[in-house]
Amino acid sequence: MQDFGTTLAEAIGLILLADGDLIEIITLSLRVTLSAVIIACAIGLPFGALVGAFRFPGRAVVTVFLNALMGLPPVVVGLVVYLMLSAAGPLGPLRLLYTPTAMIIAQTILVTPIVAALTRQVIEDLQTEYSEQFASLGVGPLDRIAALLWDARYSLLTVALAGFGRAVAEVGAVIIVGGNINHVTRVMTTTIALETSKGNLELALALGVVLLAIAVIVNAAVMALRASAVRSAYA
Amino acid sequence: MPDARLKTIEGGRTSPEAAQAPLLMQARKLSFCPNGKPLVDTVDLDIREGRRLVVMGANGAGKSLLLRLLHGLLPPSGGEVVWQGKPLDRAAMREQAMVFQRPVMLRRSVIANLQFALAVRGIGGTERRRRVEEALEQARLGDLARHPARVLSGGEQQRLALARALACTPRLLFLDEPTASLDPASTLAIENLIATAHARGITIVMITHDKGQARRLGDDIAFLHGGRLVETGPAARVLETPNSGAARAWLEGRLYLDDLSSTPSPTP
Ligand SMILES: Nc1ncnc2c1ncn2[C@@H]1O[C@H](COP(=O)(O)OP(=O)(O)OP(=O)(O)O)[C@@H](O)[C@H]1O
Ligand SMILES: [Mg+2]
Repeated sequence: MQDFGTTLAEAIGLILLADGDLIEIITLSLRVTLSAVIIACAIGLPFGALVGAFRFPGRAVVTVFLNALMGLPPVVVGLVVYLMLSAAGPLGPLRLLYTPTAMIIAQTILVTPIVAALTRQVIEDLQTEYSEQFASLGVGPLDRIAALLWDARYSLLTVALAGFGRAVAEVGAVIIVGGNINHVTRVMTTTIALETSKGNLELALALGVVLLAIAVIVNAAVMALRASAVRSAYA
Repeated sequence: MPDARLKTIEGGRTSPEAAQAPLLMQARKLSFCPNGKPLVDTVDLDIREGRRLVVMGANGAGKSLLLRLLHGLLPPSGGEVVWQGKPLDRAAMREQAMVFQRPVMLRRSVIANLQFALAVRGIGGTERRRRVEEALEQARLGDLARHPARVLSGGEQQRLALARALACTPRLLFLDEPTASLDPASTLAIENLIATAHARGITIVMITHDKGQARRLGDDIAFLHGGRLVETGPAARVLETPNSGAARAWLEGRLYLDDLSSTPSPTP
């Protein structure tokens, strides 16, 4: 077995040479994750905003549920999606199991509650600050939601980035519903798991480095957003 | 000792000119007791068209709460607010505007804050542009129009909040300590804006702790103590010869709300 230094050198080599397999895997990862995050935002932002901006009976219960769903165990989500999509399942005829679409579905289920719960918190805080002024101006419900979403735009971008960070690093759900099929459903995390077990450490480590870089970039983006929001007093 | 409160309300008749102005708004036995304890206690108050009413009283006396109740931001625990003979509703609220003790600025530019308020009231197009221009000029914020509103100084924010309220052309304007913590120049700028608004016929209800300001801007004074209205009357009269022990003690700088248990006794 090679020492760590040699493995790392080979891994860096793969990245620098833009190895075909590597690029394919990274591309699929990003495609799946970005699709899931976009769908999760399309659902979670308005839903979270509604719960955050309006009082209605059962609001506390919804909030508790949303917060609890943030911590959904990925393997359980994977299992449930698997059962739905498997030949015997209700969505079996769609033949989606072991496709990127199945992985997008699983990730969307994982990320939507995160986006919704964080959005609710952000919007509720802002609503607390604005409520009397809005009541005084006579702001209607639609204008209220629109204004809150717009004024919270920086915080909500961070929410989306948090969802992306969670999805891109997720392994348990996508490996169950995607199956980790070469050239079809292999994403960064599942490949790392597989190649490590096969002893093919260069590829695993190369993907690990890329994943780490993505995490760093996402967090840097969050910080930069915060800073610019604070600078312009929009925070 | 006779009940100071009864005495003052009797002696606190509003001036004859005030009685002639038509009634715009009325508080009838207005109370607010969130946890059983009355923070605003059976307040009866007349607000007359075109008049300037100054609400005074110690910290925690319930002044801000009274304004919120009058403006319909809080549901009263008892009594009612009457607007032109009818119960206060959303349509009535749209004829009023309020500037809060701490101005609330949207996370947008100065100009966008003005545009938002007008858009909400259904004012668009050239009319909105005209009013935004006017408000910027009034508040002397033209140079800062594109700046985020929340980086403005306290005085600038107060001017913007007032200009934003005035841009909605309310009939009645509530002002909660509009010049607290402002320097003399900013205070003067705000007082001029208020005077202009009044000259345009806007009825004003404002809270202040500043006796000079009350004299300059107030026609009438309503004095609150422990949630109760203990004295109303023409501003000059209340400031010079207050009838109630509470108002007298407060004007002499001897009143704290803690004294509530022992009704402030008149100076010996
Ligand atoms: N929503 C509320 N629920 C319960 N208590 C409240 C509420 N709002 C205010 N109070 C309390 O009611 C009292 C009166 O508050 P208010 O803000 O009206 O005082 P104020 O006369 O405006 O004082 P200041 O001069 O300091 O602004 C205070 O003791 C305050 O803590
Ligand atoms: Mg107050």
